[in-house]
Amino acid sequence: MRHTIAALVENKPGVLARVAGLFRRRGFNIESLAVGITEKETISRMTIVVAGDDRTIEQVTKQLNKLIDVIKVSDISSNAVERELALIKVSTTMQNRGEIIEIANIFRARIVDVARDSFIIEITGDEEKVNAFINLMRQYGIKEVARTGKIAMQRGNKALE
Amino acid sequence: MRGADAIVKALEKEGVKHIFGIPGGAIIEVYDALFDSGIRHILTRHEQAAVHAADGYARATGKVGVAFATSGPGATNTVTGIATAYMDSSPVVVLTGQVPTSLVGNDAFQEADISGITMPITKHNYLVTDPKDLLRTIKEAFQIAPSGRPGPVLIDLPKDVTIADVEFNYPEKVELPGYKPKYHGHPRQIKRAGEMIMKAERPVILAGGGVVISNASQELTKLAETIPAYVITSLMGKGAIPETHPLSLGFAGMHGAKYANYALQESDLIIAVGIRFSDRTTGRVSDFAPDAKIIHIDIDPAEIGKNVNVDLPIVGDAKLVLKELIKHIKYRKRKEWEEKIEKWRKMYPLKYRKDGGLKPQYIIEKIWELFPDAIITTEVGQNQMWAAQYFKVRRPRQFITSGGLGTMGFGFPASVGIKTAFPDKVVIDIAGDGSFLMNIQELATCVDFGVDVKVFVLNNMFLGMVRQWQELFYDERYSATCLKCKDMSFEKIAEGFGAVGMTVEKPSEVEDALKEAIEIDAPVVIDFRVERLENVYPMVPAGGALHEMIDKEV
Ligand SMILES: Cc1ncc(C[n+]2csc(CCOP(=O)(O)OP(=O)(O)O)c2C)c(N)n1
Repeated sequence: MRHTIAALVENKPGVLARVAGLFRRRGFNIESLAVGITEKETISRMTIVVAGDDRTIEQVTKQLNKLIDVIKVSDISSNAVERELALIKVSTTMQNRGEIIEIANIFRARIVDVARDSFIIEITGDEEKVNAFINLMRQYGIKEVARTGKIAMQRGNKALE
Repeated sequence: MRGADAIVKALEKEGVKHIFGIPGGAIIEVYDALFDSGIRHILTRHEQAAVHAADGYARATGKVGVAFATSGPGATNTVTGIATAYMDSSPVVVLTGQVPTSLVGNDAFQEADISGITMPITKHNYLVTDPKDLLRTIKEAFQIAPSGRPGPVLIDLPKDVTIADVEFNYPEKVELPGYKPKYHGHPRQIKRAGEMIMKAERPVILAGGGVVISNASQELTKLAETIPAYVITSLMGKGAIPETHPLSLGFAGMHGAKYANYALQESDLIIAVGIRFSDRTTGRVSDFAPDAKIIHIDIDPAEIGKNVNVDLPIVGDAKLVLKELIKHIKYRKRKEWEEKIEKWRKMYPLKYRKDGGLKPQYIIEKIWELFPDAIITTEVGQNQMWAAQYFKVRRPRQFITSGGLGTMGFGFPASVGIKTAFPDKVVIDIAGDGSFLMNIQELATCVDFGVDVKVFVLNNMFLGMVRQWQELFYDERYSATCLKCKDMSFEKIAEGFGAVGMTVEKPSEVEDALKEAIEIDAPVVIDFRVERLENVYPMVPAGGALHEMIDKEV
């Protein structure tokens, strides 16, 4: 099972190394990790997607909690808004440009750069949507993909703090 | 005030009385400041030994032990010491010098990324890059190391930070938003634990090092007497209950007594306190205590459910939780269970063949008989197991050993730290010849500082425990375990350092030699030439279940 874990951490040098080191040492598998600062500039938020059974996930959250620089850890796998952003550079020809633009529109993706033989397309959405879009683009020839990894937030009034 | 002076002043404020370490270029400013301080610095002869000494000091006193080292090789030499302290949850603060911040990251002379290196073996660590953070960092370290589940903290101090001018405003306390250990157990969980205990027919208490750390041995003993339940410990838990107490079954695990292992295996309830269910204690975990429900009391939530499934977790400090738990218990004798255990105890005592030459077990028995109040450290291997089996520990913090990491070379420098803290107590390192050689240079420290520890070497001229495995499981193919050197004499080595050396070959000489060694006002090494092929029994082979013990007919 894949779980999405959100962690509030001190915005200090070395925190990412501590978290990454912990995952490596305990044999936990990070599928994606996204970090950015929060509304308080001294605090960062990490969104970590990790695979494992319940026991593993329990250990992940407990071990993360033990790190002094980690302030709060929460498993937000259920009932959360999840988003990812990807930039995709696709090859284009005069003939298929229209078709690509149309697909992009259906996905509410945006073309953010146009060159002679390629587009950069920006797409946001949950992972499945991004995957589906990337798969559709394969037929045209993908030159480059950059993905942010997932960020997530639990629905409702409650906040992680 | 110079950063270095502020550091020393902060240490004084923390009540530090002793520091173990070795100076060097990157930490020279701090040593300069130390020159005028009342803190006593013990110059060890290796940085690993400095950390072990600080660790021993911490384990014996319950206070933070402090070690200093310089940058680069000084810092990397501390690694084994830090890992040892980490595995056994010992509160040690290590201060290392570092190259100036302007050079950090440039592969400067004697630069090593010690905060990166020690990240997985410290409770927390710091690289101070701004002199403004210096004092707060020291306060944090002294707050973090001994609290909650204790552990080592390292502070890396670039040279310019120790030279910089800082204002001395040492905080009384600092807020750490990400660090809130939970000391009080949940009352409902404690009540439920009481109910489970009252229902159990074959309860046992399994006590670990956490009981010793939390100074909960009185409460633990009281709980045992109130239920009543037998107490089994891990190696680290020795001293959680006096091993002379009728309810004590000693330690369980790979070399625990059969009756202790059997009691665990056949119990229907294990009340586990401050223990992490290491593989050395549980044996094959899938066959560990198959009928038992487990109540697990621990201050570290991550230990709960890590190695074994737990039926009732209680996160909290052992002492506080036990105090509450006792209130829910009414005395009820479990006659059948008691009889069964007493029968095992009679049938399967610890034993060894007394004929033949000088037996290591006999030496430990004699040490115990003559000096039951001594503080014992051990090295690692057979010596450690015999010491654990035959020295009946009567109080917490009396038996100090590297349980988690199993570090050969720990016991001797640890004894140096302990003797520094308790100059009036008898402090004995029970050693193997291989382990003693790993930090033998500390004889110089002992002589230099008048640290009169006694090292009793059970000299089998083997890496004995490894040889035992080779004998039992590798067809006696003694690959790289023989340490026999022609004419090597620990007596002469000791004398070479200016300590006292003795050699003992016969059982009849043991008692007098031990007495003499303790009477002499000097560090003493006794080279006991023991039976070379003696093995530690009983034994659960690696990967075996606790009840699958091998033994030798005696
Ligand atoms: C630093 C270190 N290296 C290697 C080992 C592996 N090891 C465990 S016991 C042992 C033999 C110890 O020999 P000795 O100190 O002579 O003690 P004995 O078992 O003979 O009592 C070894 C090599 C270890 N525990 N620690």
